[in-house]
Amino acid sequence: MNLQAETVIYMDNNATTRIAPEVLEAMMPFLTDYYGNPSSMYNFGGQVGREVAKARAGVAALLGAEPEEITFTSCGTESDSTAILSALQSFPDKRHIVTTRVEHPAIKTLCDNLDARTGHKHRVTRLKVSSDGSLDLDEYKAALADDTAIVSVMWANNETGVIFPVEEMAAIAKKRGILFHTDAVQAVGKIPINLKKLDVNFLSMSGHKLHAPKGVGVLYVRRGTPFVPFMAGGHQEKGRRGGTENVASIVGLGRACEMALEKMEEENTRVRALRDKLENGLLKTVSRSMLNGNKANRLPNTANISFEFVEGEAILLHLNRYNICASSGSACTSGSLEPSHVLRAMGVPFTAAHGSIRFSLSIYNTEQEVDFVLEKIPAIISSLRQMSPFWNE
Amino acid sequence: MWEYTDLVQEHFLHPRNVGEIENPSGVGDVGSLACGDALKLTLKVDEQDIITDAKFKTFGCASAIASSSALTEMIIGRHVDEAAKITNQDIADFLGGLPKEKMHCSVMGREALEAAIADFRGTVLPTAEGEIVCECFGVTDLEIIRAIKESNLRSVEEITNFTKAGGGCGKCEEKLRNLLQVTAGEAMEIKAVNIKPQRMTALQKIKKIEEVLEREIKPGLRKDGGDIELIDVDGDFVMVSLRGACTSCAKSQTTLKQHVEKKLRELVLDTLIVEDANS
Repeated sequence: MNLQAETVIYMDNNATTRIAPEVLEAMMPFLTDYYGNPSSMYNFGGQVGREVAKARAGVAALLGAEPEEITFTSCGTESDSTAILSALQSFPDKRHIVTTRVEHPAIKTLCDNLDARTGHKHRVTRLKVSSDGSLDLDEYKAALADDTAIVSVMWANNETGVIFPVEEMAAIAKKRGILFHTDAVQAVGKIPINLKKLDVNFLSMSGHKLHAPKGVGVLYVRRGTPFVPFMAGGHQEKGRRGGTENVASIVGLGRACEMALEKMEEENTRVRALRDKLENGLLKTVSRSMLNGNKANRLPNTANISFEFVEGEAILLHLNRYNICASSGSACTSGSLEPSHVLRAMGVPFTAAHGSIRFSLSIYNTEQEVDFVLEKIPAIISSLRQMSPFWNE
Repeated sequence: MWEYTDLVQEHFLHPRNVGEIENPSGVGDVGSLACGDALKLTLKVDEQDIITDAKFKTFGCASAIASSSALTEMIIGRHVDEAAKITNQDIADFLGGLPKEKMHCSVMGREALEAAIADFRGTVLPTAEGEIVCECFGVTDLEIIRAIKESNLRSVEEITNFTKAGGGCGKCEEKLRNLLQVTAGEAMEIKAVNIKPQRMTALQKIKKIEEVLEREIKPGLRKDGGDIELIDVDGDFVMVSLRGACTSCAKSQTTLKQHVEKKLRELVLDTLIVEDANS
């Protein structure tokens, strides 16, 4: 390890984020002096339990939920699995799941594994997306069946940032008496969420996407929603999730949620402006480049841009020379041999899908950083295109 | 992140011989945009059949670019016959090795070289014939068989790493497994594996399990003074009882799962679960 955080231009915040200094400060006492078990009877443990309760209230406030609707988990993936499997166990006769073609692997792989096509007993309907990554509500309504156990639709897509109409979709599911889950890992902290006003039964979020540490997540379970635990064990989390609480990370997540509420406006003004500057600059200076995803209906921090006729991994490794961190939907970066399932579902042509780069910003990015990236990218793309057999100027 | 050697990084960041030779003696054009990598190799060959110049244009990741660059360095100045002997492993070795998932990049280099030499000589490549096995990446059986033999491949995953076949929809996995077994000279065993019926009656299943226990499991156990008996078959659950030396053997649970269950899954039904009736 020899790369200092200060020298890095970090534009991969949909992958993970830095821990906010305030968050780390809030966590430290629980990694040092206050190691008591929150379930213990004596005050040394009990005082820790009170801090966990405070964190729960902090998370609830960001989501517009009640503290008792918040269950701490180990990550977004655990929250996703818990929600889906809970619904299927609550309604053993219902064997249909509705989801989309562009879900995060946490939902996608789980649904693939439950699917009758892999020899299991559930039917899975995966909703299509249009070329700008949007869903068709008519297709959604038609997909709901009498034996649909649960709908799982991400709030915002991790690759393109496109936001789905969760409010409307949840209301439609409720009318049909179907549970609704949303993987809101990318949305929480970036756009306002008020679950009191929505018909969402389950919501997953993850700490490390909003400046809390890795290894802590949340599952929101709406009051009155039938629930079967995924992690059986002790009485922690009111019996909803066994296992001794990851106290320091939970406290950190509580603090991160408080900060996200405070910074929500900055995220949607200053960060959005930086993203727009980066995006517009790249689209203007690099020919044959295009935006992936609906331009208007998007997270404020995400820009997914394809540079035609070049390959994403090669771009990323050139960016790496300047310590610029971003990610790609190209096949070569993932270890799979096909480009991102999200871009393929959108019908992005191969000429562009292999050369897609996702920049995802945070409140810690500066205008100088955006300028630096804007200065470096055109030459990188041009040198790779000189080498590409498909490029004809 | 991939662990690339310094040489791969060096050839990626400063590729040698980029471009296209005008009026080339031979052209090798392999890969495609859809596949995610492509390489166009052009050669200049003199009257003595010496490759005097080589240039490349590559669309692809760092290892594809580095492999192309390495290839040109390796062939310039060589006699065509000598160059034709270069294998994908030679390209990977030249670069100090490639991550195993990236070996197909070196294969692409070798394919381009072969195509260019064939073009120079005016011959047709045998691999261009063959039958497409992997439709996603357009890989033929001849190409796969060749890769299995040349690089001593032993699993479907390795075939994918080297040729990309099976890396898309995965529908050809069964065919790849067949090619692997046929090519690796295990044609005898394939029949036993592949003729497994999709649906069996409970009786058929029990008979089949007994057969496999008798033929494949018991002889080995008896050698060590142990034995195994089939107690019951309930759906996918196969209840067995270990006898003789097996009962006191600390490894008996491992034997059940790693050996007995594995064999039964392989030869009878891949959903079977073996359990010890005595525990």
